[in-house]
Amino acid sequence: MKKEFKVIADLLPNNTRVLDVGCGDGSLMNLLVKEKNIEVRGLELEKQNVQECIYKGLPVIQGNAETELYQFPDKSFDYVVLSQTLQAFYNPDKVLKELLRIGKSVVISIPNFGYWKVRTSLLFFGKMPVTKTLPNKWYNTPNLHMCSIKDLFSYCDNQNISIKKVIGVNEDNTSLINKGNLELKNFFSKLGIFLIG
Amino acid sequence: MNRKIEDIKKINVSKPLKLDCGKTVKDFPLAYETYGKLNENKDNAILVFHALTGDQFVAGTNPITNKEGWWATAVGSGKAIDTNKYFVICANVIGGCMGSWGPSDKNKETNQSFGLDFPVITIKDIVRAQESLLEHLGIKKLLCATGGSMGGMQLLQFCATFPDKSFSAIPIACSASHSAQNIALNELARQAIMADPVWDNGKYFLKGTQPKNGLAVARMVGHISYLSEQGMQERFGRKLQEKADYEFSFDADFQVESYLRHQGNSFVERFDANSILYITRAMDYFDLSKQFKGGLIDAFKNQKTKFLVISFSSDWLYTTKENKDIVIALNASGADVSYSEISTDKGHDSFLVDEPEFLKTLKGFIDSMYEKFKNEKRI
Repeated sequence: MKKEFKVIADLLPNNTRVLDVGCGDGSLMNLLVKEKNIEVRGLELEKQNVQECIYKGLPVIQGNAETELYQFPDKSFDYVVLSQTLQAFYNPDKVLKELLRIGKSVVISIPNFGYWKVRTSLLFFGKMPVTKTLPNKWYNTPNLHMCSIKDLFSYCDNQNISIKKVIGVNEDNTSLINKGNLELKNFFSKLGIFLIG
Repeated sequence: MNRKIEDIKKINVSKPLKLDCGKTVKDFPLAYETYGKLNENKDNAILVFHALTGDQFVAGTNPITNKEGWWATAVGSGKAIDTNKYFVICANVIGGCMGSWGPSDKNKETNQSFGLDFPVITIKDIVRAQESLLEHLGIKKLLCATGGSMGGMQLLQFCATFPDKSFSAIPIACSASHSAQNIALNELARQAIMADPVWDNGKYFLKGTQPKNGLAVARMVGHISYLSEQGMQERFGRKLQEKADYEFSFDADFQVESYLRHQGNSFVERFDANSILYITRAMDYFDLSKQFKGGLIDAFKNQKTKFLVISFSSDWLYTTKENKDIVIALNASGADVSYSEISTDKGHDSFLVDEPEFLKTLKGFIDSMYEKFKNEKRI
């Protein structure tokens, strides 16, 4: 979802230092370098993606975010970005704490398990949902810890992590989410993007 | 050894160099070779540091041994480091035996080879001795500097001692401080040489000979450490050397024995035993973190150089962990660093052999750095 990267890029001020955890083939990093003069670093597990980034001249470290975030010093980045990966970790809460240690702020996007199509799939068909943002079957999905926008919202609240901004993303529009419209937006947003820390 | 060392390109380093051991030397020869052409903007120069038994003959045919250059898989026309595009420079390390100042050189005071009168040198000495070469070639800033194994150690030292002298750097399969295991293996190599009676306290040159047996064993040790257990098993297994069955003798029954003997015997034709002692010592003394108050992080402080660290999954000599420690230090110092671990069963030797994934990564990084470097210069 290219739109997601646009929304994330808009959240990040120019000329900052950003770590993209699970940076994939470097699409977001490329956007940040070219349009916002951001100093980027990437961490990526897949070799193919690591090579892609290297070919593009983007600094990338091959490694596993689950176990190798320790190598980045405290508050060494203005922002740490984690795009649609939180749900794939064995210990999302540990990773989240690491991200908050490394970055002054953290941007996290999640595929929203509270999205109405996801809910109806389970409710009416009694099957694990397969959607555009969640394309895998139950047996081959990398997503171990699915959560909804509401889940992450209340997690941050419980952990005293300050929520600076939450944006709901759909194909055609984006909208700000707050406590007042959380129930509604949790129902209608495909993707949630959180600026926290 | 029948070399024509006189024909090798050399500069005379006239600037005094204070060695780590305290001695100061000047007016010593530094042998080098270049490939490709330095362009008008002088922004396409790549400096290569060679490993323990390497020399300045990186690509093409080595004119002394008539064998392929040690990094011909990676450097040459149309190769990953394309000499049609880039100007590649490599100097023979001091302490070596391919034209640079080394223990087999004549000591003017005694009019015979230095032997053990040659000062014990360090990686830092080796790197600082090469500074004048860039000046001589008229290069202010390199596009890239790279090296594997001991070459990578020189590179790390180079970046720490001369920050911002290279736009990018690729340390390959190396370490920022030599491990106990590596010191042990080097000691084994040295002891093999010293145990050979021909070595004669390093004075074998008086009789115009070489401790061939000891030097060959030293090389065998090296060769075992350059391969991986799996790679060795796949390549040799228990295969016999041109025979149907065991011969119930101590000849080379197994292919792996024959391979090691061949490697050992051909090595003594091209390398000086005392050079091995000196260069392995320099490697053992290497501990970059010790040179700086704040350790390794301090060594890379304020680096503008863009790094790509590469390790090989089956390398047990310079492990992924050791290479990652370099990445961690670079990260901690805020440097621009990339890291890639290449999956291969070819062990430490991976950077010298045709390993497509490695060569692709090398090429991709250097080409993208060249574009960036050109743009930066334009601005």
